[in-house]
Amino acid sequence: MSRKPILQLLLTNDKASRWLFIVMGVLGVLVPILNLAVPADSAFHVPTYMVTLIGKYLCFAMLALALDLIWGYCGILSLGHGAFFALGGYAMGMYLMRQIGDRGVYGNPVLPDFMVFLNWQELPWYWYGFDNFGFALLMVFLAPGLLAFLFGWLAFRSRVTGVYLSIITQALTYALMLAFFRNDMGFGGNNGLTDFKDILGFDLQADSTRVSLFVITLLCLAGAYILCQYITRSKAGRVLISIRDAESRTRFIGYKVEHYKLFVFVVSSLIAGLAGALYVPQIGIINPSEFNPLNSIEIVIWVAIGGRGTLYGAIIGAILVNYAKTTFTSGVFAEYWLFILGALFVITTIYLPRGVVGILDGYRQKVARKKADQAAATPVPQTAGGK
Amino acid sequence: MNYTIKKIVLIAIGLLLSWISVGWSADFESLTKEVAQSSYAQKNKLIDQLVALEDPRSLTVLKAMLDGKLYLQKSDQTVVIGEDHPDGVQIKNISDEQVIDVVGARSLEKVKINNSVRGKLRTVIASLQLSAKDASLRRQSARDLIKSPDAELRDIIAAAVEREESSSVKKEMELALALVDVESENADRRKQAIKVMSASYSPEALAVLERLSADKEGAADIAKLAAEGADKVRHRMGIMKFIENLFFGASLGSVLLLAAIGLAITFGVMGVINMAHGEMIMLGAYTTFAVQQIFPNWIEASIIIAIPMAFLVSGSVGVLIERTVIRHLYGRPLETLLATFGISLFLQQLVRTYNSNNVPVVTPDWMSGFYQVNGALSLTYNRLYIIVFSLLVLGLLALLLRKTLLGLQMRAVTQNRAMANSMGIRSSWVDALTFGLGSGIAGIAGVALSQITNVGPNMGQGFIIDSFMVVVFGGVGNLLGTFFAAMGLGVVNKFLEPYAGAVLGKIFVLVFIILFIQWRPRGLFALKGRFVED
Repeated sequence: MSRKPILQLLLTNDKASRWLFIVMGVLGVLVPILNLAVPADSAFHVPTYMVTLIGKYLCFAMLALALDLIWGYCGILSLGHGAFFALGGYAMGMYLMRQIGDRGVYGNPVLPDFMVFLNWQELPWYWYGFDNFGFALLMVFLAPGLLAFLFGWLAFRSRVTGVYLSIITQALTYALMLAFFRNDMGFGGNNGLTDFKDILGFDLQADSTRVSLFVITLLCLAGAYILCQYITRSKAGRVLISIRDAESRTRFIGYKVEHYKLFVFVVSSLIAGLAGALYVPQIGIINPSEFNPLNSIEIVIWVAIGGRGTLYGAIIGAILVNYAKTTFTSGVFAEYWLFILGALFVITTIYLPRGVVGILDGYRQKVARKKADQAAATPVPQTAGGK
Repeated sequence: MNYTIKKIVLIAIGLLLSWISVGWSADFESLTKEVAQSSYAQKNKLIDQLVALEDPRSLTVLKAMLDGKLYLQKSDQTVVIGEDHPDGVQIKNISDEQVIDVVGARSLEKVKINNSVRGKLRTVIASLQLSAKDASLRRQSARDLIKSPDAELRDIIAAAVEREESSSVKKEMELALALVDVESENADRRKQAIKVMSASYSPEALAVLERLSADKEGAADIAKLAAEGADKVRHRMGIMKFIENLFFGASLGSVLLLAAIGLAITFGVMGVINMAHGEMIMLGAYTTFAVQQIFPNWIEASIIIAIPMAFLVSGSVGVLIERTVIRHLYGRPLETLLATFGISLFLQQLVRTYNSNNVPVVTPDWMSGFYQVNGALSLTYNRLYIIVFSLLVLGLLALLLRKTLLGLQMRAVTQNRAMANSMGIRSSWVDALTFGLGSGIAGIAGVALSQITNVGPNMGQGFIIDSFMVVVFGGVGNLLGTFFAAMGLGVVNKFLEPYAGAVLGKIFVLVFIILFIQWRPRGLFALKGRFVED
């Protein structure tokens, strides 16, 4: 365990993290300049939709990070992480909905459009307070966090593990999806929440707002990454890894396995909720299909393709797969996207158990070995010190 | 004066001629034609003569006439039965009911009836039906009369009750009679009618009884009697509703059982999470569709043919998946889950590329329809068959596991793979066959499910979560547990539905299972024994 501050540690000792921060820094500086300062007809101009698209990828990357924290470091394969993401998104969506005020289609100053449409007379109690950004932000963390705490407390205490846990997390998100699809729930039913106007008084359609959201997302991703690195490098992180590798042994040694699992599960759900909250204002809609078990499984494949248990691998995987998805689903290959995704699942699990990061590592090691061989073969001592 | 006499004579001759012609034309077609051509006043008499012929076809003609579907063709004055058709009117021959043609409405003249003829027709049709040779026809007409009681038909119904031999049909006729009698002036008759109605299961009788019991102006004793009767009927119908719910629950449970039973093998016996299980069901359903397409003339037998076919198709796909993918992933359940999920996406898209819409699977005649137990309870055949079928599959599977060599080897591999290997069991082959068996059974389930749900690329997804719930709830590796879990969940779901609605009921069940797993992490019937983890 190093006593150095975590950021310094990551920048100096961890090559991958250093690169990640460099790329994020470049993105965070270049994208706003290229979008706002460069004229629209310039070849270097980054259109606003592209800013939003990258912002979306970053939200997904954060979600993948959250999953990697529990799956890669604690062996908890959640097939319902989309639920936490969606809950965070709904909390933010409710705030944005209240910000519409009387600018909705029906012009009702108190009730959102869908409630007017359903002939509701007054705002349900659970919508109170969402006109306050601070309260909404609290709920962004509280809603997924509480659910994760309750669910995790029950599940880990009774030692539900492995595939059983995966299946009941899937059931959880499925049940939530069914619930949110109901109009009576007061969350907009099928259509969800949409038609947002502004956030904290800034117009959501304005380029500057979009860019600000993008930068905030980037900062949050960086923060989440540092937090995850901090947790996994701490002493508790070592315990988590030992739980992943041998749960019973860790328990017998004397660690409270449930507590560690619960802690990391809740942290992960908070990150997922924040990702959802950042996702909604950029995309402009949140609906129950975010709870779809299929979405949650897709998150797993992002992590698996990127490389499980590395954190930066999850970010790479999420961005790669989603970039591929955007490319394929919008072109002539739209029909083949699911073939590709299906094949990715099979190929990564069988041939790439360590994901893209694993390939890069393997390549780097090969190069390093080659260099070492050359160094050993060469009698001149100066070349042996190379990296 | 002379003119008047002439007219009278002419009319008399005309009448005489028509009477003679009626007498002569004793055969069905010409008599029908006359009925169609004659005046309202004559129609009543001619209808009686038509009935007197005792020709079974006359019922169809009279019904068509009552419904305004009997036409005269303007060109040659032949009588036809017409049905509405997008391109005009589709006409049928009255003698053998064969479709002749589709013609424009202008070339036809509707056989008109007035109220008197209408009343006559109704009476005649009722008495014809009530005295039909076929008991099911008599039963049907009694049921029609229960739905719409007609005081004018009282004597006919009473006569029919007298001569009825089948006791069950007689009961329904008595109820029909009671529904007429209850409105009569005669107090004794009304009381008798209420008594009959109180012993029935009919919602119609209940409605009448409730109306009478609430009637403050009528006789007090009748109202009291009716109130008591209504209570009895309501109680009895409550029991029937319970049985109906139980039946629906059992049928839903057997659907779950069919969907989950294959999973119980692959997951329970092998510990493999097969997320493509739903797609194996889908393949089975599509096999049914394919069989029906290939043998369009054998629809009645198609289901029977499809069962072994679906087993082979899904089973061989299962073996293929096991040999190419799952084999590499044993001992890594989470990775298996992901890989099979990829396979499921692949298979779905494969089917979607062929046809992205739902395909129509025909239900054979012997599977449609329902068995009416009484006025308040009817059991649909397809659900009845599915219950029987799922139990049959479960029984056969249990036999296979208990009594065959493969079953023995499968159980041995489940319990201790290393020991089984050293005893000379080729566990890799057992794995492949077990996975094939589980997939094949999913295929069979698909055949059955094709009869009650839509068959489309997404159909498998609808079952996968439910199936997992059943297997986990019942306890992995235990067929009996799977059976109880499926039936229990099905019945609970159906009983929750009236109170909570279908969706909320389902949510409750899911939450219940999530909580249940906390209490018994290994399901209802956990395998006994000591397991070493990690």
